[in-house]
Amino acid sequence: MARKVLTLAEVRDGALRNVSFEAVAAAKTIAEGGEVVSVVVGASVRSLANELIAYGADRVVVVEHEKLATYTPDGYAQALQAVVEQEKPEGIVFGHTALGKDLSPKLAAKWQSGLVSDVVAVEETGGNIVFTRPIYSGKAFEKKIVTDGFMFVTVRPNNIAPLEKDESRAGTIVDVQVDIKDLRTIVRDVVRKTAEGVDLSEAKVIVAGGRGVKSAEGFEPLKELANLLGGAVGASRGACDAGYCDYSLQIGQTGKVVTPDLYIACGISGAIQHLAGMSNSKVIVAINKDPEANIFKVADYGIVGDLFEVVPLLIEEFKKLKVHS
Amino acid sequence: MNIFVLMKRTFDTEEKIVVQNGKVSEEGAEFIINPYDEYAIEEAIQVRDQHGGEVTVVTVGNEDAEKELRTALAMGADKAVLINIEDDVENRDQYTTAKVLAEYLKDKEADLILAGNVAIDGGSGQVGPRVAELLGIPYVTTITKLEIDGTNVKVVRDVEGDEEVIETSLPLLVTAQQGLNEPRYPSLPGIMKAKKKPLEELELDDLDLEEDDVEAKTKTIEIFLPPKKEEGKILQGDISEQVKELVSLLHTEAKVI
Ligand SMILES: Cc1cc2nc3c(=O)[nH]c(=O)nc-3n(C[C@H](O)[C@H](O)[C@H](O)COP(=O)(O)OP(=O)(O)OC[C@H]3O[C@@H](n4cnc5c(N)ncnc54)[C@H](O)[C@@H]3O)c2cc1C
Ligand SMILES: Cc1cc2nc3c(=O)[nH]c(=O)nc-3n(C[C@H](O)[C@H](O)[C@H](O)COP(=O)(O)OP(=O)(O)OC[C@H]3O[C@@H](n4cnc5c(N)ncnc54)[C@H](O)[C@@H]3O)c2cc1C
Repeated sequence: MARKVLTLAEVRDGALRNVSFEAVAAAKTIAEGGEVVSVVVGASVRSLANELIAYGADRVVVVEHEKLATYTPDGYAQALQAVVEQEKPEGIVFGHTALGKDLSPKLAAKWQSGLVSDVVAVEETGGNIVFTRPIYSGKAFEKKIVTDGFMFVTVRPNNIAPLEKDESRAGTIVDVQVDIKDLRTIVRDVVRKTAEGVDLSEAKVIVAGGRGVKSAEGFEPLKELANLLGGAVGASRGACDAGYCDYSLQIGQTGKVVTPDLYIACGISGAIQHLAGMSNSKVIVAINKDPEANIFKVADYGIVGDLFEVVPLLIEEFKKLKVHS
Repeated sequence: MNIFVLMKRTFDTEEKIVVQNGKVSEEGAEFIINPYDEYAIEEAIQVRDQHGGEVTVVTVGNEDAEKELRTALAMGADKAVLINIEDDVENRDQYTTAKVLAEYLKDKEADLILAGNVAIDGGSGQVGPRVAELLGIPYVTTITKLEIDGTNVKVVRDVEGDEEVIETSLPLLVTAQQGLNEPRYPSLPGIMKAKKKPLEELELDDLDLEEDDVEAKTKTIEIFLPPKKEEGKILQGDISEQVKELVSLLHTEAKVI
């Protein structure tokens, strides 16, 4: 059954986040041949529309308003409400990001709709669109279907592969005018903590440090390794609480949920709240001096040893590999 | 100030998860107050102690949740409400829970409602914002700081590690993020007092709702454990040999580098 599906594109620092393209790919599956319409919202975002088409959107709806420069639930809800009234979609896909998590339940309540959050896979089976999502802090998974109303879902970043980018694809771009008013929450200030460079939730390689890293300087070799592999540095809550690094690097239930191809955990014990944020990673390497550490239970490869000995050796070996290949 | 906390009794996910007959087995499982709701309860108590008023903790669940409600009372909440819909509604999801909570809250004139940002078992993070929308009040999620001055509210919100400073006003719903406070443990006198505090039990009927009004919009068709990973390979031998082997495995076997 072909359906029209909307996706919400997400903009960060003037560029589209990868999850925007992943949402388009998910929408294609849900649409079953129907039209995929991406919505991009902001103060000045029209120039981003073409990239969404290159990634598979059939049409892009642009909603521009100066009051949409910063995300607020009221502002974005008014924008989305206008688009949904005009487009009358049967499915909607957001990213399961800070923005998507904050906005989607409000809209689902407004539209008296169900919402399947934090989806890691979408498939068509037996005439149903089936969504898979982690439950119990990632220790189990459930498959869900929508039984009534919109197929409204949020997708976890880095889990659903985007379609091949094709600059030659054609699509239309339309504007929707909205009057944004009565914002009940106002963002007075944004304190940026996250480093420039690779977005943790999109990184293909993450080198993460825990309390075992012992100091801020202790993170230096981890940074070097991450740079060498084109990845990003992450951390456990233990390392953040100890002041070795900023909370913006935190991975886990409270922090970022990541799904890189390679996750290297250094001096991290593997508490469930940490695992909830990374156990879906494709390959996990654990470096810990305690052979009983829980992290080894989820690791594909483990080295029992001192991270201050192992990490520099790893850097040397990866450098050699780079030279050879 | 009239303060409400939305509390969920959850499965302690530190425990082993067993799937039996298509469900997560509750046999021998530990249940706890959802950890993020503990921050919400603590914050509610602090706000009350500073501004006066009353804290009511509300849960949608079955009678087993009385234990967690008593714990919240022992921490210092004033009243507890258990909305037991178990026998009335067969198919439940976040739509159901939010609708039931909003129906209960709609005539309570709440100034402040606190929830957790996410339940560690269901993990959707939907219930808080849904309830706010149904009540027609603003909300701020994943907060790490709350300052109330009259009806003006200043909140710090955690946004994937960045901090937003947000201004808004009461009535308001917020969801608690780790870092908001350090939840207290119930004291012995607190536990004694809790036994005498009011714990009201309601059913769907009491809220003038019918099963049809709250029936789920989504359905779980399967629950499964992640495919058992092959036993991870703990490398052996001299550390520098292990490192060489690891790099080679990542390159040739796992093919991630
Ligand atoms: C509600 C709630 C939410 C939480 N959310 C999160 C979250 O999002 N993310 C998160 O990470 N945690 C979270 N936690 C905290 C979590 O429970 C753990 O306390 C935390 O993950 C521990 O961090 P750690 O592994 O770095 O520290 P530890 O548990 O202290 O482990 C340190 C490890 O380093 C090893 N080590 C020490 N020295 C070396 C060395 N030289 N070489 C190699 N190994 C060494 C030790 O053997 C040990 O295994 C949360 C907790 C709660 C209650
Ligand atoms: C017998 C039974 C059958 C169920 N069947 C299904 C099913 O088929 N499909 C399905 O999706 N779910 C089902 N549920 C689960 C239930 O619908 C959800 O757990 C609930 O809606 C909350 O969703 P969540 O866990 O994602 O919480 P989140 O939205 O992540 O919770 C966020 C916050 O909302 C508040 N909150 C959440 N739940 C409650 C609550 N119950 N009472 C008070 N405050 C709350 C808390 O403050 C919490 O921190 C069932 C539950 C029971 C008991």
